[in-house]
Amino acid sequence: MTSALSVKATRHIGEFDLDVAFTVESGISVLFGPSGAGKSLTLALIAGLLRPDTGAITINDQVVTDCARRLYVSTQDRRIGMVFQDGLLLPHRTVLDNVALAVRQASGRRARRAIARSWLEQVGAEALAERRPGSLSGGQRQRVALARGLAGDPALVLLDEPLSALDVAVRRELRALIRDVIISSGIPAVLVTHDIDEAEEIGDVVIGYDEGRVTGQRIVEHPRGPEPQGDAPEGAETS
Amino acid sequence: MMRGRDLAQPLDGRCRVLALAGTALAGVGLGYGAAHFFSDSIAYWGVVSVPFFITLRVVIPATLIAGVTGIASGYILAKGRFPGRDLLETIGSLPIILPPTVIGFYLLEVLSPGSEVGGLVTRVVGHVLVYNVAGCIIAATVAAFPFCMRAARSAIEGVDPSLEQAARAMGIPNWRVALQVTLPLARRGIASGLTIGCARALGEYGATLMVGGDINGKTRTLSLAILDSFTTPERNAMLLILVLLAIMAMTGVGLLGQTRS
Amino acid sequence: MTGLIPHSWLNWLRIPPWVWNPLSVSLHAALEATVVVAVLGIALGYALAKGRFPGRGAIETVFSLPMALPPTVVGYYLLTRMGGPGPIRNFEVHLFGHPLTFTFTGIVIAQIVESFPYCVRFSRAAISAVDPRFEQAARAMGMSRWKIPFLVTLPLARRGVVAGVAMAFGRAMGDFGATMIVSGSVPMATTMPIALYNAVLFGTHQQAMVLALVQVVVSLAILLGVSRLGKVRPW
Repeated sequence: MTSALSVKATRHIGEFDLDVAFTVESGISVLFGPSGAGKSLTLALIAGLLRPDTGAITINDQVVTDCARRLYVSTQDRRIGMVFQDGLLLPHRTVLDNVALAVRQASGRRARRAIARSWLEQVGAEALAERRPGSLSGGQRQRVALARGLAGDPALVLLDEPLSALDVAVRRELRALIRDVIISSGIPAVLVTHDIDEAEEIGDVVIGYDEGRVTGQRIVEHPRGPEPQGDAPEGAETS
Repeated sequence: MMRGRDLAQPLDGRCRVLALAGTALAGVGLGYGAAHFFSDSIAYWGVVSVPFFITLRVVIPATLIAGVTGIASGYILAKGRFPGRDLLETIGSLPIILPPTVIGFYLLEVLSPGSEVGGLVTRVVGHVLVYNVAGCIIAATVAAFPFCMRAARSAIEGVDPSLEQAARAMGIPNWRVALQVTLPLARRGIASGLTIGCARALGEYGATLMVGGDINGKTRTLSLAILDSFTTPERNAMLLILVLLAIMAMTGVGLLGQTRS
Repeated sequence: MTGLIPHSWLNWLRIPPWVWNPLSVSLHAALEATVVVAVLGIALGYALAKGRFPGRGAIETVFSLPMALPPTVVGYYLLTRMGGPGPIRNFEVHLFGHPLTFTFTGIVIAQIVESFPYCVRFSRAAISAVDPRFEQAARAMGMSRWKIPFLVTLPLARRGVVAGVAMAFGRAMGDFGATMIVSGSVPMATTMPIALYNAVLFGTHQQAMVLALVQVVVSLAILLGVSRLGKVRPW
């Protein structure tokens, strides 16, 4: 059985002590817990922005971090996509350029832009293609950030509190969009949130976090959600 | 397989080795030069001490005056709410890139008893301000001032206003908030401005030449004396002292801002 | 050098040659110096802002020395290194056919050394101020580490970097001591600050006023531009 992601890692930062282990299949997994529980730190370890003190991480059955063997694949070579809380779109590039920069699977400006445009269509942001990030609303910005996170055909996409900077109405609208777009792409995803409604509405699996430890793992049923195209539907066999 | 690394170390090993080698090489070179120069310095101290003490008599008051006026004007620029602040700052910054000869020319216009404005200034002050140490101090102050002002403004604007509000809420009067909260919190930036200002005062050449008059034993600072000494044996001694003073100015004042916390 | 603008224009603009000749030398030399300073200064500013190698402080101090040393000392070093017998002079002769002291190129080199620290300090401050999470985001989408500075960091820091280059240009235009020593008083190498000095000593008060005013206007324009470019700066 292949796993989309397996994490077993410890890391000390000052007083804080992270010690977690979990495995997720395809679909959307949510790391849920109060702020300061170590969720975003876990994402940074998965992305290779930080190194764990001990442990190993595999993405799509490929070892990307193994402290015992001193193996650390660089962030660039991990084939991940990331969506940040405030988008972090490059302010000096157009929306289309921002997404096209993330496209890895095609060389050539024209091909990359075509792929980027199709992702913008999927998130309903094709009309924004020539705009600058500075002129976007918060919701538009996060749509584009989602497109950018997925456009590189990553083996795993990481979403770090993608909705927490938005107001409630926009947040509701985007929850459904995030789930639909990611599920229909078939790309496994890990999303971090401290909002239980968001966790249950978007996630297939909710992994509870508290004070640097995993407190439990729970499957969420999505009766009316769109069928995933990936090989493992909704992670149903992980019970 | 790629070597990953924490973001804290963006430069890889090769660069670090190169940088280490470069630093070591520079250190050896400096050490050799210093030893060579030092023996000369003792031998020619008698000749060199005269411009050295003139330099101190110019640079220390100049740095103090530029520091006080610079911090005050930086504070006004940072906290004031009046139009044209940026224009004022720009004009105050002119000496950074204005050729020293232009500064010297205008200072002579304003200070020289022979000119109209200068005659008036001389009568009001009751003292001639050109071709003496006062002229040198004024020239050095003008060179140092913009750095003190700009650094003070940036540093004061960087102070978290909620800390100042908290102090006001405790009933501390505004002038004490400025002296006891704002300025201490901004001290690192201010110190770095004073550092550069002091260094610029030390190296000031063109305006000092024109306003001070380059009079041997009276207004000839090290920066001016070095020019004549290029053909004489005390050259190395002067160079050593200047480089040492420059390094001290660049690092010493900066340390002031860091140690007290 | 005076060929930057046709003579008929000069007549029409009524710019007298005693203003235009030194101004064109200054502009020309400062432009050449600024190109070199921009490339080297931004690169060093980037290394100082991002690097975590030992001796960074020492490197910064050494390259800041031209700010603190009298320009005459800088000029003297350049004069003896470029003009005195030795490998550097041989190299110059090999490259240019003659030593560079008392030439236009000598002025450019003096200006490069004098203006370099300004570009380095501004670039460093601007690059340090870029939110590192933009660079993390770029890495997460697989951008190679050689592309990130050009596509992410420098564009985000561009205002401060441009301000640094403008300051360097202003400093290069304004250098007096180093230029004077390296160039002697070759007429081909009389820059604006030297022309003003000569005018104060030997010329008319009228000429000195005009030369000073032109330089004030140029400096003011540069500084206004720099202040419009934003708040990120070394002091």
